[in-house]
Amino acid sequence: MNRPIPYSDPVSTIEAIQETPATPSAPRHMTLNMGPQHPSTHGVLRIVLQLEGETIISAKPDIGFLHTGIEKQMETRTYAQAVTLTDRVDYLANLSNNLCYCLTVEKLLQLEIPERAQWLRVMMTEFTRLNSHLVWLGTHALDIGAMSMFFYCFREREDILRILEMFSGQRMMTSYIRVGGVALEAPRGWQQVVGKFIRGFPSKVDQYEDLLNANPIWTRRTQGVGFISVEDMLDLGITGPMLRGAGVNWDARKNEPYSSYEKFDFKVPVETSNDVWSRYRVRMQEMRESAKIITQALEGMPEGPFQADAPHVVLPQREKMKTQMEALIYHFKIVTEGYRVPAGEAYQCIEAPRGEIGYYIVSDGTSKPYRCHMRTPSFGNLQGLPTLLERTLIADSIAALGSMDFVLGDTDR
Amino acid sequence: MTHPAILETIQALGETTLIADPTKIVDLCRFLKDSEKFIRLSSVTAVDWHPAEPRFEVVYHLHSLEPFRRLRVKYKVGGEKPEIESVTSVWRAANWYEREIWDMFGIHVLNHPDLERILMPTDWEGHPLRKDYPVHGYKYSYSNE
Repeated sequence: MNRPIPYSDPVSTIEAIQETPATPSAPRHMTLNMGPQHPSTHGVLRIVLQLEGETIISAKPDIGFLHTGIEKQMETRTYAQAVTLTDRVDYLANLSNNLCYCLTVEKLLQLEIPERAQWLRVMMTEFTRLNSHLVWLGTHALDIGAMSMFFYCFREREDILRILEMFSGQRMMTSYIRVGGVALEAPRGWQQVVGKFIRGFPSKVDQYEDLLNANPIWTRRTQGVGFISVEDMLDLGITGPMLRGAGVNWDARKNEPYSSYEKFDFKVPVETSNDVWSRYRVRMQEMRESAKIITQALEGMPEGPFQADAPHVVLPQREKMKTQMEALIYHFKIVTEGYRVPAGEAYQCIEAPRGEIGYYIVSDGTSKPYRCHMRTPSFGNLQGLPTLLERTLIADSIAALGSMDFVLGDTDR
Repeated sequence: MTHPAILETIQALGETTLIADPTKIVDLCRFLKDSEKFIRLSSVTAVDWHPAEPRFEVVYHLHSLEPFRRLRVKYKVGGEKPEIESVTSVWRAANWYEREIWDMFGIHVLNHPDLERILMPTDWEGHPLRKDYPVHGYKYSYSNE
């Protein structure tokens, strides 16, 4: 059949087998193909492992199974349409991707965002962080054998998804954050719903910690497993909770504040033991800090407009369209041909649940992005996988893999 | 910062961009990492300015934790026989990004330890992020002819 083969190369596996010496003096290495469909890889990731007994000698990740050409597609969409594509990059951190994209475009447009919109953005991205960490905790614990955690985590996640739906009309692909502000005003009664959830949430985190912290199986499978040195991490481009779990106090929310994060009072949790356990501790504490940020946003939410006063960029309200001619014209212009962005380039990075998301957008002065590169945290982190898995036991590799918390859609884009 | 490979420094939108000499890029990167403390490489990517010539622009985003700084380094490469020098010897993080550049733009990376396609299948023809590569369309027919 003369067409592309959906599975990439069987060749690398064959080469790998031929490389290993089969002399009686040296033990023959075994090649194990893990994935692309494997429950612990949380997506379609293939890893070619070289084993000596049960020890991993080398690991070679093979990615690209979920490549959907989002960067190419963005070049054919207007800036307003491209927001919906950023949702699909990382299905657990879609609002973080929305935010990063919008911040980059706003940087090019040099647009001022009203305070209320910024606070709404912060609140929603922190909900995304909770959502992502909850899914991570549930599935990671499931991999290690603590099955009940999954149900507890998804119980809270369901509440978060309901809140996202209440704000944006969608549970997952929300596209809530738009260039110039957010898509919709916060719905009536949101304070009660968010308040009820966030008051109860810290006790839920206590519950998870009660189940896991003193659990001998959990501690023995996580402590001292999945070590990778800080130098390697920085050199390989690993970011996020993995880096903070190794004692590097770097969080874009603190070090390069965006979207008024400097007005919130929160701590950046740092652990030093640099193993699966420390990454787990970092993420648990991050959930508590996120809950604190959401509480502050709830209590201090400023009044005012939720979209920037930029009629050539922001879609007009429906009521205005029915009463004002200018609004109708702007609506027609934005929807049909889009708004022009001044020529130039911008890079903006934010702290997503998994690490540094960076959008690099090049504009040629038209209404479509000329080039949009996404520096996704999963791609950067996964590059450290061979170093992380080297000389570990195959059973520990599941825990080490899980502690990276990658999303394959985010890796392959 | 001064280095013979820095041709120009541009400040725009609060970001610093260095225009580099492509022949001395590894030297420059080594200098930026060792002397200017840009210990992290955030990303490497390319932009296709087809049909302009030189056609490709290769862009590096660097990051220094202490003191906190970000920097963009870029240079142009001709489209006739696009070749760049690998910086994996400076930051190992460049490995996959350079493979992505090869895969998506067809820019050959010299001295790369493992240059093969990363996102597309290994037998794929063409380089999708080039501007002359179509967004839509089928190359192969799936009918029973």
